[in-house]
Amino acid sequence: MTAILFTNARLIDPEAGTDAPGSLLIRDGMIVSEADTQGADERATVIDCKGKCLAPGIVDIGVKVCEPGERHKESYRSAGLAAAAGGITTMATRPDTLPATDSPEVLEFVARRANKAAPVNVLPMAALTKGRAGHEMTEIGFLMDAGAVAFTDCDHVITDNKVFSRALSYARSLGALVIAHPQDPGLSQGAAVTSGKFATLRGLPGVSPMAERMGLDRDIALLEMTQARYHADQITTARALPALERAKVNGLDITAGTSIHHLTLNELDVADYRTFFKVKPPLRSEDDRQAIIAALRDGLIDIISSMHTPQDEESKRLPYEEAASGAVALETFLPAALRLYHSGDLELPMLFRAMALNPAKRLGLPGGRLSPGAPADLVLFDADAPFVLDRFKLLSKSKNTPFDGARMQGKVLATYVAGIAVYEAT
Amino acid sequence: MGFSQTHLLGIEPLSPADITSILDLADQYVDLNRRDVKHSDALAGLTQINMFFENSTRTQASFELAGKRLGADVMSMAMQASSIKKGETLIDTALTLNAMHPDLLVVRHPHSGAVDLLAQKVNCAVLNAGDGRHEHPTQALLDALTIRRAKGRLHRLSIAICGDIAHSRVARSNILLLGKMENRVRLVGPPTLMPSGIGEFGVEVFDDMREGLRDVDVVMMLRLQRERMDGGFIPSEREYYHRFGLDAEKLSFARPEAIVMHPGPMNRGVEIDGEIADDINRSVIQEQVEMGVAVRMAAMDLLARNQRARPREVLV
Repeated sequence: MTAILFTNARLIDPEAGTDAPGSLLIRDGMIVSEADTQGADERATVIDCKGKCLAPGIVDIGVKVCEPGERHKESYRSAGLAAAAGGITTMATRPDTLPATDSPEVLEFVARRANKAAPVNVLPMAALTKGRAGHEMTEIGFLMDAGAVAFTDCDHVITDNKVFSRALSYARSLGALVIAHPQDPGLSQGAAVTSGKFATLRGLPGVSPMAERMGLDRDIALLEMTQARYHADQITTARALPALERAKVNGLDITAGTSIHHLTLNELDVADYRTFFKVKPPLRSEDDRQAIIAALRDGLIDIISSMHTPQDEESKRLPYEEAASGAVALETFLPAALRLYHSGDLELPMLFRAMALNPAKRLGLPGGRLSPGAPADLVLFDADAPFVLDRFKLLSKSKNTPFDGARMQGKVLATYVAGIAVYEAT
Repeated sequence: MGFSQTHLLGIEPLSPADITSILDLADQYVDLNRRDVKHSDALAGLTQINMFFENSTRTQASFELAGKRLGADVMSMAMQASSIKKGETLIDTALTLNAMHPDLLVVRHPHSGAVDLLAQKVNCAVLNAGDGRHEHPTQALLDALTIRRAKGRLHRLSIAICGDIAHSRVARSNILLLGKMENRVRLVGPPTLMPSGIGEFGVEVFDDMREGLRDVDVVMMLRLQRERMDGGFIPSEREYYHRFGLDAEKLSFARPEAIVMHPGPMNRGVEIDGEIADDINRSVIQEQVEMGVAVRMAAMDLLARNQRARPREVLV
């Protein structure tokens, strides 16, 4: 029996909503109650946390690992090491690979690679339609049997309402979770930034924030029709929030996420065409950012994701319109999120609700909590330690972070998956 | 307070003093260009490379002539036909050219921000000759010089910019420049050709030509691209001409001494009536072309001086 007793910790418990000093005992990869451990304690390794934060490991829905297809951008090994260094203990990976993860065979390849190479839990997601083309649904049943935790065409919007409604109905019959990207593809076609003064000043094609609300409105109508389990990957604009609230009040099985970049950056950060700030959907106005933070605080938005999207230098060193979208975020997720804590916007239990408990619940996982019986997936971190981010020190193969040179606070000291240290700061 | 820039990427980074410096020097070059012997040695021994990734006859000719009149060695490259077609990236092209030690790079590119990107990778002065729908600074400067010479000043004027504002880099540069010099700018056009967030630029927006032109000192027309004419942004060419084409009747709402400008090439009978364009009492369109050469000479001269004053760094 292997046991570790974490003493003198600042325990961040998102379930109880508490942030208090305490100790935590884990044994055989599980969190156990200290009360029923009489006699076993003398064999437990004691780790003195020195007052630092101990929280459930982050559960990140929507990580892009570029296997199969573009291993030079990110492999399961590099992504796994980066996740461990970032305090992420579970990655739900995206199916927008080359080819798309749309068959049990590709999914099994992904799962096998992930288990061999990544030190953290990897749960692959599968495409909802074949080739993410929006025409025919994938073998949802077989894919679930092979381990798919959710179904998504990622940033491809299924425009054919008949196809999407059938896929939603079929997924519902199997209890499968469908993740969609709410966006009106007609309005957003060709857009590189959010429309408005900044877009006009830079001469870049913009998309109205209304496109997100239109996409969400459409999806909600289809949910009323099909009663499917649905998660919106990224809600980033104030305009979309009333529709989301109504859908929740009406009892639809809907949750919503947002990305760490939309919570901590705004459109002006693009400045002089800095392509590392090009993400999809594009960064929004400061008013939208504030509205999304408020929605997170109110629980209207449930989940924060890194939306980790590796891109090599060649895809980014292009004129802004031509440059690829996406940013790496596994290692900057926690320090970026802690900006919201240091600014006084969100308390730590609230942050870990959105980064660990809620995503675990939505995927039907036992983690994301500190209660006895939960897996000992934990992150020990110093919430205050300051540093300047150097992108070339990232463990991800791709270095396309918008936080290069940024002053940040919050360092991961150790990450545990099933009670085993997968990362320890030197 | 002289001219402080090392590149001319747009009007946005320029101060009013920068703008005035260019226009003052350009005035001197107008005089030079009207002499029998139109030559100076200001850029003698320097190499100017024009890289046009987008078709242009007028702007390219104007830059070429400006460089030659100042004694530079000028090379023009039509980039659509070159290695870009072979898949070479913009940055590789820039590094290749940089290795040839040019002193001035004049760049036009169909994508907004492409010239900024290129300027980060070379160690010579870069002039933006138009990037996407972002900026076209020398056009705005030549317009400013034309206005200043015709009106005797470049402040407290009422100026209407009319037509396709949304897709126009000329409009953006002019809005910025005229605003910096403290003029009242009006934008006139259908809402489908207005860019987003335009209300935040300190301009007045009109969708009626007569209202928009009322009592203005300057009427600046923009070119409407052919591909925007059929149904996508406006219903038809003839409806556009009826509502937004500049004719004598609409122009009568402007001040009697108001001047008419157009960056060219014109679509006669689409955005402007042929008679107005040719009316030497109202139209300053030919002067604009003349000022273009002088302004480009001034800009390149000033940039070359600042480049000489700067220690050379070697890019690897």
